[in-house]
Amino acid sequence: MSAFLDMGGYAAYVWPSYAVTLTVMILNIVWARRLLQRSRKEAMHRLAIGGTAK
Amino acid sequence: MAWTWFHRLASPPHIYRVAGRLMPWLAWPAAVLIVAGLIGGLVLAPPDYQQGDGYRIIYVHAPSAWMSLLVYTTMAVAAAIGLIWRMKVAHAVAASCAPIGASFTFAALVTGSLWGAPMWGTYWQWDPRLTSELILLLLYLGYMGLRSAFDDLQRADRASAVLAIVGVVNVPIIHYSVIWWNSLHQAPSVMRLGKPTMPPSMLFPLLMMLVGFTLFFGALLLVRLRGEVLSRERTASWIREALRP
Repeated sequence: MSAFLDMGGYAAYVWPSYAVTLTVMILNIVWARRLLQRSRKEAMHRLAIGGTAK
Repeated sequence: MAWTWFHRLASPPHIYRVAGRLMPWLAWPAAVLIVAGLIGGLVLAPPDYQQGDGYRIIYVHAPSAWMSLLVYTTMAVAAAIGLIWRMKVAHAVAASCAPIGASFTFAALVTGSLWGAPMWGTYWQWDPRLTSELILLLLYLGYMGLRSAFDDLQRADRASAVLAIVGVVNVPIIHYSVIWWNSLHQAPSVMRLGKPTMPPSMLFPLLMMLVGFTLFFGALLLVRLRGEVLSRERTASWIREALRP
């Protein structure tokens, strides 16, 4: 296990690479869902106040 | 007659509904492929005879770099369709692409830098491949900045579409930079004519990651597209129907 974590001496480069990529992937999921939720909320708000705003 | 499917396809309610239904069919295979690719790349693939375990960065670096180019190309094509045929949905696709592309370009640059440090002895060089990839990040950021500079969505769509289309010349430059110029970066080992230059045990996890990332992009794009489509509709009654709990 410790040999695996050591990555043949390249641990300081391999693991941060995976961490950065994983973080970018998770952030993308969060951002996309947040965008959809915000658009839904705004659309409902627009419709609730008459829906004729141009 | 032949155009009815096209108009139906491009109609906001249709896009909203189909995108919502299609999304899990991309997201779940993406998750499975990426987990399998990670296990294959980190555990099952043998170490490289020159770079030892350091080469395993390829399993996150190459898919991120692939995404940076794929997403930009998608964005430019969608922008062109939106500009030529005045198609709102196409502009919504283009706008959805930018943050995804920018973030993966960032990942490609950082992972590349972390790979370069032990193998080339430097985190950064003003090398053709590295510089053109950095320009790609600036194009994405410029595109997003330009969009947010307009209050009017239609003008934002049109102005940013022009930037996206002009910037697409950078895509072949990035891909061929390692062939046209003397670059520190290695030449393509998968995206090349003829056989890939890796053994199957190293190649399969990489292919799984590349396909997995591509499907992941599709899933993200569909979620964002639904949001963009909603925010472009002002009065349409279908929204009431679609948002009914």
